[in-house]
Amino acid sequence: MGLELYLDLLSQPSRAVYIFAKKNGIPFQLRALDLLKGHHLNPEFLPANSLQRVPVLKDGDFLLTESVAILIYLSIKYQTADHWYPSDLQARMRIHEYLGWHGDCIRSTFGVSLWAQVLAPLIGIQVPEEKLKRNRAAMDRALQCLEDKFLGDKAFLTGQQVTLADIMALEELMQAVAIGCDLFEGRPRLAAWRQRVEAFLGADLCRETHSVIWSIRELAANKKLPDPPPEMRSRMLLRIARIP
Amino acid sequence: MGLELYLDLLSQPCRAVYIFAKKNRIPFELRTVDLLKGQHFSDAFAQVNPLRKVPALKDGDFTLAESVAILLYLSRKYETPDHWYPQDLQARACVDEYLAWQHTALRSACTRAMWQKMMFPVYLGVLVPPETLASTLAELDKCLQLLEDKFLKDKDFLAGPHISVADLVAITELMHPVSAGCPVFKNRPKLAAWRQRVEAAIGEDLFQEAHKTILKAKDLPPADPAVKERLKPLVQVLLH
Repeated sequence: MGLELYLDLLSQPSRAVYIFAKKNGIPFQLRALDLLKGHHLNPEFLPANSLQRVPVLKDGDFLLTESVAILIYLSIKYQTADHWYPSDLQARMRIHEYLGWHGDCIRSTFGVSLWAQVLAPLIGIQVPEEKLKRNRAAMDRALQCLEDKFLGDKAFLTGQQVTLADIMALEELMQAVAIGCDLFEGRPRLAAWRQRVEAFLGADLCRETHSVIWSIRELAANKKLPDPPPEMRSRMLLRIARIP
Repeated sequence: MGLELYLDLLSQPCRAVYIFAKKNRIPFELRTVDLLKGQHFSDAFAQVNPLRKVPALKDGDFTLAESVAILLYLSRKYETPDHWYPQDLQARACVDEYLAWQHTALRSACTRAMWQKMMFPVYLGVLVPPETLASTLAELDKCLQLLEDKFLKDKDFLAGPHISVADLVAITELMHPVSAGCPVFKNRPKLAAWRQRVEAAIGEDLFQEAHKTILKAKDLPPADPAVKERLKPLVQVLLH
């Protein structure tokens, strides 16, 4: 059994891993999970001893979680092109610097809209407007920082070529874009960056990777989303409560 | 001008960087940035880190922010012993995995626990609703359980048989709620034993030195009104 990747393309970090593996022609078995059905809580769907989250990598007996760790592992093991995770020390550290800030300011900030518009209503909950207002302000600040302090006049977030940082950022922003948030309005530099990243990855691969998130609103409207099981509902309630 | 490290030992990630640099005898100039006094908002510091956060590093013309980036930079540049950040693919992946998980899980719980239990009431004179504190401590508890069950397991250190940057980052995080009086290691013999090993590997003197500031935080006199006014909006987010 070769490399296995346990993913749900509804999830931003899952998409980052998927798009990286596919773009680099890394051979893997896709183990697709449906988070809304609570698959990650079910030992039948995930390898034993994993953290009940996606993405998960299984390479023989070796298990690895956390998208950043997985991306770095894949880039080294499969010797992907240097630009993804440069061997030059300073260039490589810029990626870690970005990812540190990303963890604080991007991760989970851009997922709130999906919770508000699709996931919370799925269990009959309405996210309070004041939380949404705070989230819009947080997204605004994050995008400003992304544009000014990271992108600047460069082609990509940490240099002149695509790196792991760009795909992590893109997939987080897609979570909001795909359900109608116009993040790039009035931000031509960021919009241009997005075009460049997607052009580099290729339209077909982007379409394939983003198909789930693009269709989620329609699926919800047509009542085609699964009814989350009770153990999922309680976790979803907890997650919603944690929205600042 | 050689390596400069901009730190406030009040901050968990700063302590990890400090311990790593000192333990590995990396020569550096310590530039203290007093967070409670708002020194991270100075124009001078913005030249070093436009994101206005500590830790920050300046090595000649090269500036770098974010503790994980700084730790990895120092380990590579100064060729520290392999166990800190192993070359072996899987061993290193275990360190990367911990560093990624802790950033959005344990760090948040530890920061909020410390602020809600100690800094808000004692320093800022802000009342924290008991339900909020209870919920934060419950979350901290869950993180500690995960730390034990999914990361430490039966190993001596988080990523294997030897200490790595993962352990430095973890121990400095846990000292945050410890400094506020949270019984982090009580009823957790496995974690307590790991703590002893980490402290022994770091060295008692260095460990105490790095934690002097945070352990004295509970004795801070209440902030004066001007400081309170300035800090309150910045730390609002820690009240959830």
